[in-house]
Amino acid sequence: MLALLAQQVPDFVRPDIDWHAAAPELTLLTFGALVTMMDIVWLEKGRKLTSIVASIGLLATMVPIITLAVDGADRSMFGGAFVVDDYALIMKAVFILTGYVVILLSTNYIAEGDYWENEYYGLLLSSILGMILMASARDLITIFVALELLSIPAYMLATWRKRDLKSNEAGMKYYLMGVFASAIMLYGMSLLYGGSGSTLLTDINESISGPGDPSAVVVLGIIFVIVGFAFKVSAVPFHTWAPDTYEGAPTPITAFLSVASKAAGFVALMNMLFVGFFGRDDVYEPVIWILAALSMTVGNLIALRQTNMVRLLAYSGVAQAGYMLAPLAVAGDVPDSALAATVGYLVIYAAMNLGAFAVVIAVARKTRTAEIDDYRGLFHWAPGLTVAMTVFLFALAGIPPLGGWWAKFRIMGAVIEANTAAGVVMGIFVAVNSVIALYYYARIGVKMWAEPAPDDDTAPVRVPVSLTSALVLTAAATIAFGVLPGLVGEVTKVSLLAGVGG
Amino acid sequence: MELTTTWYLVLSVLMFSIGAVGLLVRRNPLVMFMCVELMLNAVNISFVAFGADLNDVGGQISVFFVLVVAAVEVVVGLALVVAITRRRSDANADDISVLRG
Repeated sequence: MLALLAQQVPDFVRPDIDWHAAAPELTLLTFGALVTMMDIVWLEKGRKLTSIVASIGLLATMVPIITLAVDGADRSMFGGAFVVDDYALIMKAVFILTGYVVILLSTNYIAEGDYWENEYYGLLLSSILGMILMASARDLITIFVALELLSIPAYMLATWRKRDLKSNEAGMKYYLMGVFASAIMLYGMSLLYGGSGSTLLTDINESISGPGDPSAVVVLGIIFVIVGFAFKVSAVPFHTWAPDTYEGAPTPITAFLSVASKAAGFVALMNMLFVGFFGRDDVYEPVIWILAALSMTVGNLIALRQTNMVRLLAYSGVAQAGYMLAPLAVAGDVPDSALAATVGYLVIYAAMNLGAFAVVIAVARKTRTAEIDDYRGLFHWAPGLTVAMTVFLFALAGIPPLGGWWAKFRIMGAVIEANTAAGVVMGIFVAVNSVIALYYYARIGVKMWAEPAPDDDTAPVRVPVSLTSALVLTAAATIAFGVLPGLVGEVTKVSLLAGVGG
Repeated sequence: MELTTTWYLVLSVLMFSIGAVGLLVRRNPLVMFMCVELMLNAVNISFVAFGADLNDVGGQISVFFVLVVAAVEVVVGLALVVAITRRRSDANADDISVLRG
């Protein structure tokens, strides 16, 4: 074996490293290490500073992302395993800003809850580091490492309230489902490697794409990889961990999982579909189609009978994942529209879902629960939160002029543009499901605005500054995306196809 | 009889299936971790077998990454088990069911 290795490995040549392209990851890594070191060196004294240093770290990471975007050139390193293009930069920005809002949500929640603070922010930053790495990953090994870098800290964060059985259970379920999914995905990757002889996505695409039927190894590899990521994005039938984990985890982490972690799963899936499997749409389209149709329908139907706000948002998140998968089911026919629709949906979904969770955290400061019945009469004691929640819920439902309608509109546009039977049926699924979803979003609206508060308890709730700024940021983004749809339209006009000549 | 790549792949499929079924059937988290390890090592066998067959070093490189990540995953998993057993006497996946709906 050693002889085989020795004869294959040529003289070591140092790879060219484009420091500018790697700057976002390196900046975040530096600050992640800094947060961890602060705990070790200053112990208790550093505690108050960690959330501030972590948010400065995220904002500092935005600087190289912006300079790379201004520069505009596509950069590629390590033989194409690490690529910085417009698509990667947009997704990096989404992850960083989501992380920033999650820190705003966490600051008071973690400080007041007797949790371990420093490690919390260190792990949060390393999870975000995995995500921004994922946006650039174009190689099986890089994708795998990025996926684990973002998942493993998330398992720990979900269990953060470690004296609480619910949180233990949330973390355990998330962990077991997560490692099961990554094992399946890895097996798929090994089959793809065997079928194509390379771990580089562009080489895999060249090797496996038609004409002609794909080999069984490749078909199985593609299906296993998609199933692995279906767990990550909580698509039906691989969604069972999501409601339990969301309910048991600390609520800011729930927001993080439901937005950033899901988006990272989608980014990985899109890297695979648009670069790695692009020539094999005959294999992946039916799989994605089934996942999308099931996720929307099952997610919405189960959401109808939820009594807990977080579980309702979890199932609504499952349904939203279905909408985001819908255009990918026609990715082979209209690749550019499909990619733009899903990326656009991810951007808008991040704003509105983070906002909804911000309201849940603010309300729970008084009620201590997330039962939907506790939202009765919210208008009488927290009119501001009621207006914000209404905005976010109707945005999620897709009512103009809020962000969600434009996102759904683009999804519909992409599946109809494909002009295939599968695409049109998918369009019908999206339309019917939007109507079902409206029912449970509107039901919460009625409870908040029209019903009296339980026990006539109308004592106001004190919302801390960081939570208020998170609410203002997300609400402004949700409304801006809806009123000025061109905003998202322009920045999400991206393509992944440069590498495969499509 | 000569051992060809196919034999290694069959072994890998068997190990992967045993691991997957075990993970779904067994209820003790520690046994479930072992099943995850079986699945990941099945992946390693498959990577190495393909790598040797293709005469490509990529498969062997992948194994290093899988090994390291598998170790990290188990460390986190064991930490979770410790956290749970501190709260209750035994760790049985069926008893961990506060959350439903």
